[in-house]
Amino acid sequence: MKKRWLCLFVENEIGVLARISGLFSGKSYSVDSLTVGVTEDETISRMTISLTSDDKTFEQIKKQLSRSVEVIRVIDYTDIPIHLKEILFVRISGLTEKDKTEVFRISQILGAEVIDYNGSDMLLEMIHTENKNNNIIALLKKQFANRIELVRGGSVAVEAITA
Amino acid sequence: MQITGAEIFVKALKEEKVDTLFAYPGGQVIDLFNALYGQHDINVVLPRHEQGLVHAADGYARSTGKIGVCLVTSGPGATNLVTGIATANYDSVPLVCFTGQVPTHLIGNDAFQEVDIVGITRSICKYAVTVHSRESLAETIRKAFYIAGTGKKGVVVVDLPKDIQREYGSEIYPKEIKIRGYKPNTSVHAGQINKALDTLNQSRKPVFLVGGGVNIAHAEKEMKLLAEKTGVPVVTTIMGKGAVPSSHELYVGNLGIHGSYAANSAVSNCDVLFSIGTRFNDRITGKISEFAKDATIIHIDIDAASISRNIAVDIPIVADAKKAVKILLEKAEPLQITKWKDEILKWKREYPIAVKGKGVTPQKIIEAVNAAFTDAIITTDVGQNQLWATQFLSLDENRKMLTSGGLGTMGYGLPAAIGAKLGNPDKDVVVISGDGGMQMNIQEMATAVTYELPIIILILNNGYLGNVRQWQEMFYERRYVGTCMRYRKSCPADCNLPTEECPKYIPDFVKIAEGYGAKGVRVTDEKDIVKAIKDAQQEKKVPTIIEFIIERECNVMPIVPPGNTLGDMIMESEV
Repeated sequence: MKKRWLCLFVENEIGVLARISGLFSGKSYSVDSLTVGVTEDETISRMTISLTSDDKTFEQIKKQLSRSVEVIRVIDYTDIPIHLKEILFVRISGLTEKDKTEVFRISQILGAEVIDYNGSDMLLEMIHTENKNNNIIALLKKQFANRIELVRGGSVAVEAITA
Repeated sequence: MQITGAEIFVKALKEEKVDTLFAYPGGQVIDLFNALYGQHDINVVLPRHEQGLVHAADGYARSTGKIGVCLVTSGPGATNLVTGIATANYDSVPLVCFTGQVPTHLIGNDAFQEVDIVGITRSICKYAVTVHSRESLAETIRKAFYIAGTGKKGVVVVDLPKDIQREYGSEIYPKEIKIRGYKPNTSVHAGQINKALDTLNQSRKPVFLVGGGVNIAHAEKEMKLLAEKTGVPVVTTIMGKGAVPSSHELYVGNLGIHGSYAANSAVSNCDVLFSIGTRFNDRITGKISEFAKDATIIHIDIDAASISRNIAVDIPIVADAKKAVKILLEKAEPLQITKWKDEILKWKREYPIAVKGKGVTPQKIIEAVNAAFTDAIITTDVGQNQLWATQFLSLDENRKMLTSGGLGTMGYGLPAAIGAKLGNPDKDVVVISGDGGMQMNIQEMATAVTYELPIIILILNNGYLGNVRQWQEMFYERRYVGTCMRYRKSCPADCNLPTEECPKYIPDFVKIAEGYGAKGVRVTDEKDIVKAIKDAQQEKKVPTIIEFIIERECNVMPIVPPGNTLGDMIMESEV
């Protein structure tokens, strides 16, 4: 089992997202995250899919995606230089004065930005790799057990210009 | 000039050279039907149920090589197509299915007879689309026909909202279209072909494994020549049967869990398995880790996704079967493999497929079909009738079989035969069905009668859903649950032995035939088999049902028990 990334160019049409996600669910392929947005050409959408699978399943996934009429191009980002980021919001509630100092300290070290605050709750925004976000989440969960709310954006990726 | 959506629909059908339209009306397609009024070059056929309709279009497509076209209404009309869409798509049959839809402003409102048929069929067809504007209608239809009929052929669903059918717009039907995400493979990789031939030439024990792809690509002639030129024995899947004449000396038999001993042994012992147009379905491989264990596997398939999915392939070639076989034929050389061929012949001689039993047996019936019909299309239903047909039918370029191989859809045989006869009025069309499957689309008898189609329907009646009953007998201690077709409220729950008290005919198929205005005859004595078929052949206008009462617990043999390797077959039934 290995972590993989795929970049997909698809027709920007009704039902295409359902077609792609249906392909994964119908064939029991698991997805870690899927993001989609329109490209510079408004008739084309671009998806970044992250998943964990063995080699054989991954080959099959790429072939199944490629043969879908709605899919224009499939690019395997797993082993090529890419820039990969995920947006993450974390709301931490019921903060004491001591907690707040701790949050600021953590934010500074981990590159998070405090974007909202109401006296007891803080909202952090982070843009890191999926992996780094996982580590941050683990840390915050430990530090502020049962007091955090997470919103993960899913990975977006683009090929590196300079390898 | 501006024309309505319904008018461009009819124009599109003509441009696509559609001569037969399988259509069932309803509220959301009434405008399309209206536009078809008086169109003499399109034969609008009205089956009696949408499932029968789509199987008929499927039988028409498989037997003519053209694209089958369906038109049904929204809601239940559309959902009734579902099984037939999956059936056709699974076997790579090209269909375009038009479904009516509620007007665009009502979509999503739970309107009367509204379903999301595109959502429902997305995973069982090649492409499904709702037309969202009158402007895109013509192009979408052109796209549908192009996608259905190219590459790995399949089913395209086009959902047509009623307001778009009525709206005026351009009369132009595009000739050429480009789909940027769809580029069917049209070339054959020369390097891979050479590699495959080098491997074949060095082989001592080679086998061709021929799947349905060869029949779909109409590469039968080339395949036969390739086998003859190389001298390599041919094994088929049930979908590939007939690609090389069954009587040919190089033909070994069908592979798989009900395959012949010789075919299964040939594949288990070969050193090169040269496979063309098969996806190595679980029905043919048996225990996957033991399948053709010592062989180098060459695989030609039009679908890249079929390669190395079920078994690991050494030399993959993504190509259309006909194109690939043609190139192979040019470059292939004769092989010196007499010893291997003799070994296979010996297996064939020593372990023939045979059904035991006295009286009216499936084997005798099907052999009578082989003797009586030289130019025919034979459709099967699904279950024992299908397996016996695939075992005993002798096929060649003039005697073809249509069967639901992938999905295994009961109720396929009769409607598929109707489609086949409509597409091939000069050929004899025979259905081999069971008493179970026949009742799944029996309403299509009316279609056969009204369109004056003299098809011959052979019902192998054992009063059971025989294939499941056979499994219950062999692997579930004869616990016959839900398989006896004569089981009544008053029967003991654990009954597994029919008695004199069992009702004789449920239903009485002879009376059913008569009720529809068809001919009906029952055969209970083996000496009447040939005559019954001969009499039916004389009918030029009406269909004939011949009900053969066969032994109740007749089994399909040999069989590879679930989980076993192909070499590990049960050859004979103990009962």
